[in-house]
Amino acid sequence: MIDKKQFLQNFADQFDDEPEGLTLETKIRDIEGWASIVALSVMAMCDEEYDVILSANEMENANCIADIFKIVNERIKN
Amino acid sequence: MATIRYKGVTVKAITACVPKNISKNSDLTYLIPEEEIQKTVNSIGIREKRYVDEDVTASDLCFKAAERLFEENDIDRNSIDMILFLSQLPDFKIPATAPLLQHRLGLPNTTAALDLSLGCSGYVYALSTAMAYASMPGIDRVLLLDGETFSKIVNRMDKVDAPLYGDAGTATLVEKTNDGSEAVFKLYTDGSGEEAVKIKAGAGRCRTTAENLREHTEKDGSILSDNEVFMNGMEVFNFVMRAVPRSIREVCEAAGADLSGVGHLVLHQANKFMTDFIVKRLKYPVDRVPYCLDRYGNTSSSSVPLTIASELAGTELGDVILSGFGAGLSWGAAYLSLRHCKVSHVIEY
Repeated sequence: MIDKKQFLQNFADQFDDEPEGLTLETKIRDIEGWASIVALSVMAMCDEEYDVILSANEMENANCIADIFKIVNERIKN
Repeated sequence: MATIRYKGVTVKAITACVPKNISKNSDLTYLIPEEEIQKTVNSIGIREKRYVDEDVTASDLCFKAAERLFEENDIDRNSIDMILFLSQLPDFKIPATAPLLQHRLGLPNTTAALDLSLGCSGYVYALSTAMAYASMPGIDRVLLLDGETFSKIVNRMDKVDAPLYGDAGTATLVEKTNDGSEAVFKLYTDGSGEEAVKIKAGAGRCRTTAENLREHTEKDGSILSDNEVFMNGMEVFNFVMRAVPRSIREVCEAAGADLSGVGHLVLHQANKFMTDFIVKRLKYPVDRVPYCLDRYGNTSSSSVPLTIASELAGTELGDVILSGFGAGLSWGAAYLSLRHCKVSHVIEY
């Protein structure tokens, strides 16, 4: 299991203006500053920090941060 | 596995030509909110691009680049045994464009002429093709012309593609040599990714109709028709992450070279976000990665030779790695020497 707090921080780091109060339940598209380039940054972060490559479908279908967290966790186990 | 080695052939000269018209991304306020434009420019690294006039084609830009190459290198036109034209925007569907360029450039009727079609990986593939022909008995010199004019196929209301693409034409001369240098190519394909970058209509599978000429709105609010280029940025980035750094490592391995010792890494100028990712992943020194996308944008397959002309003209060159990747999905990397290559500065059309 990857560290939840660290994952949320890594996620927040991808924004120009770091959002506050993110939780796994936060809806991705409701975060101020969310944009397609941030989505790419999140994909790059998952690859760099966790060696997990997200597909476009996984990224597009993710509703809240937990959805991505779950994929990374599962992929790391495998 | 497509690992190809060429001995006894070299790149003799490279030139490039861009249109005069500048399209600034700061003028995209009709498409992107003003407060977001600077962020977009910073992310993609593209400040401005060059667009051709309506009546100018990729072959026109290549023609001018070729004329420059002949003049600067004192090349006898009768010595060109083959001309290759690489573009996804030929002058016509029939005839091919390479024969038109053979005639226009005053090359002899004994010159073989062939069109090639591939996206952003195209230059690496076409250079390999040029070297393959130049390696054969009976062909000493191949002129490779690579040009694109994506301004003709990008909808100005497309939020993904309008900030990215620009136009350019280039010329590369490949010839036999006795200098003992070796070029190594690794070429790859994954056609299952055909939807990532695509123009859905306008060719044999789906001809242009009144219906598919009609514009529609994508999920992100972009407006385009099926006769214009569509790109799924996330799919392309997923592909780049999986494929491109590995291909560069593999070509180094095949060449027996240490990546950190290679003089320059010339990447397809997709956008700075992607190229930075590749460079970081490879831990390659960023000061040896030339960039011209801030001024010319993503010029598809032309971007590799354009970057060489724009950033490396007048410098002493050695071993380089060239990397192209894009629609297909298709990608390739080449390790070769540009030690004997005369690179001319970019000219304007």
